[in-house]
Amino acid sequence: MSEQQTQHAAFGRPIPAPPVSLETEEFWKRARDGRFAIKRCVSCQEAFWYPRAICPLCHSSETAWEDSPGTGTVYTYSIVRTFPTGPFAIGFVTLDEGPLVLTNFVDFAEGDLAIGKRVKVRFVATDNDGPPAPVFGPA
Amino acid sequence: MSRPPRACIAGAFEHPLRDAPNATTTQLHYEVARGALDDAGLGFDDVDAYFCDGAVPGFGPLSMIDYMGLSNVRHADATELGGSTYIGHVGRAASLIAAGKCKVALITLAGRPRQRKEALMFAPAKGSGLTDGAPEAGFEHIYGGITVALYAAAAMRHMYAYGTTSEQLAWVKVAASHHAQWNERAFLRKLVTIEDVLKSRLISDPLHLLDCCVVTDGGGALVVVAPEVARSLKRPVIQVIGTAEAPGVQSGGRNVDLTRSAATITGPAAFAEAGVKPADIKYASIYDSFTITVLIQLEDLGFCEKGHGGRFVADGGLISGVGKLPVNTDGGGLCNNHPDNRGGMTKMIEAVRQLRGEAHPKVQVPNCDLALAHGTGGILGMRHSAATAILERTG
Ligand SMILES: [Zn+2]
Repeated sequence: MSEQQTQHAAFGRPIPAPPVSLETEEFWKRARDGRFAIKRCVSCQEAFWYPRAICPLCHSSETAWEDSPGTGTVYTYSIVRTFPTGPFAIGFVTLDEGPLVLTNFVDFAEGDLAIGKRVKVRFVATDNDGPPAPVFGPA
Repeated sequence: MSRPPRACIAGAFEHPLRDAPNATTTQLHYEVARGALDDAGLGFDDVDAYFCDGAVPGFGPLSMIDYMGLSNVRHADATELGGSTYIGHVGRAASLIAAGKCKVALITLAGRPRQRKEALMFAPAKGSGLTDGAPEAGFEHIYGGITVALYAAAAMRHMYAYGTTSEQLAWVKVAASHHAQWNERAFLRKLVTIEDVLKSRLISDPLHLLDCCVVTDGGGALVVVAPEVARSLKRPVIQVIGTAEAPGVQSGGRNVDLTRSAATITGPAAFAEAGVKPADIKYASIYDSFTITVLIQLEDLGFCEKGHGGRFVADGGLISGVGKLPVNTDGGGLCNNHPDNRGGMTKMIEAVRQLRGEAHPKVQVPNCDLALAHGTGGILGMRHSAATAILERTG
């Protein structure tokens, strides 16, 4: 595991191995190197999420992977209090590139997680030796 | 009003059970179909169109049609809009009837979520290798995106954007319980207070246990018929005067507002078709998977300004005989029934009861001749559906 990969921290939860498809293989390959990738359309220049082969904004097949710093702002969140593995935080980050991303929030103490907080991506190990999954914590 | 006669809702039936350990799901479908046809005064042989959701057991609508011995069906339809499916079905059935393709459309819903022992979680991917399933799975399901968590996230954003409070959300549940106390079949009949809601267990911030709908077995059915069929029956004539449906899309994560739903599209479209305004509506069935769902839909449908939903529902705003808009007078999904985690069917059924004057006398809206039913399926603000139907009693 790289340094960026942390164990399940405050408000984290065990994450199952992500299903990987032909369209998303590259994302998870980069994730194993600790790189957070997004897709950007070559035609309309817009970044979009979740990654897919064809741009959902202009419908062009010319889309390219790019490494993102994985920085953004908490759009909203909730702390799920009743979960078999304990409380965890889920919510959305508005990436600096524009797209809204569903994620888990980690490394926040109770009361510190709030809408508008700056956050940065980090990776956590997933179950069954799956590729590490991006989650967000304090920037 | 001078408009051509529209398709009518001639039959509506809500399964009496809320917990069904001793019946199969298909049996519940059959029972509600018979109930709605009996209610209309029609038989199985009269049915020439059948509608179900995408989760029915077997091979889509074909298994159900074969199982129920429907021998004259000329249009078979499995639609999946989540919980709003059955409101969408009414619009589709009305379009088919207007096109002359059918005269008697049967819509059924049934399910037994209380009998499922596994937790409502997304199953982890098995083994290795590439998958070919839901395109979003690797980026959403793995984060534990259970329904309540995502609706809670919408509520959190609504509070942030508009100053909505937990007390205001609690009023939605309090109103539902005021109505449910008169419904002897309601899953929860106990009258609750704002304090009861706020003191109930926090499930997913800011939603408490009593902000969440019930989980019930059962189902319901509707019969939508051509106007000439409706006139030949002994039931009141309930016309479908405006319908609309729309999926809410995320546009690659570039156009997401968790405080808005596709009701912003279906509301104006349905009102325009019906030629009426929100202020004309005497009763509304508003999808209540969670308290926040009601608040956002009321705003989006135009019953109040965006962001004013909290004020609209507060102080008994939704209680029949008290507030300005009686909502979910059967007790809704929050108290009465939310069969198969899909509330659209019971929303239509209570609207029909109100228009017929067959709601409980304690909650019946006087001279109720114009009603609206609206549903949200999927995840509010994210990947979701909206469906609206406006109904008028004309005879
Ligand atoms: Zn594009």
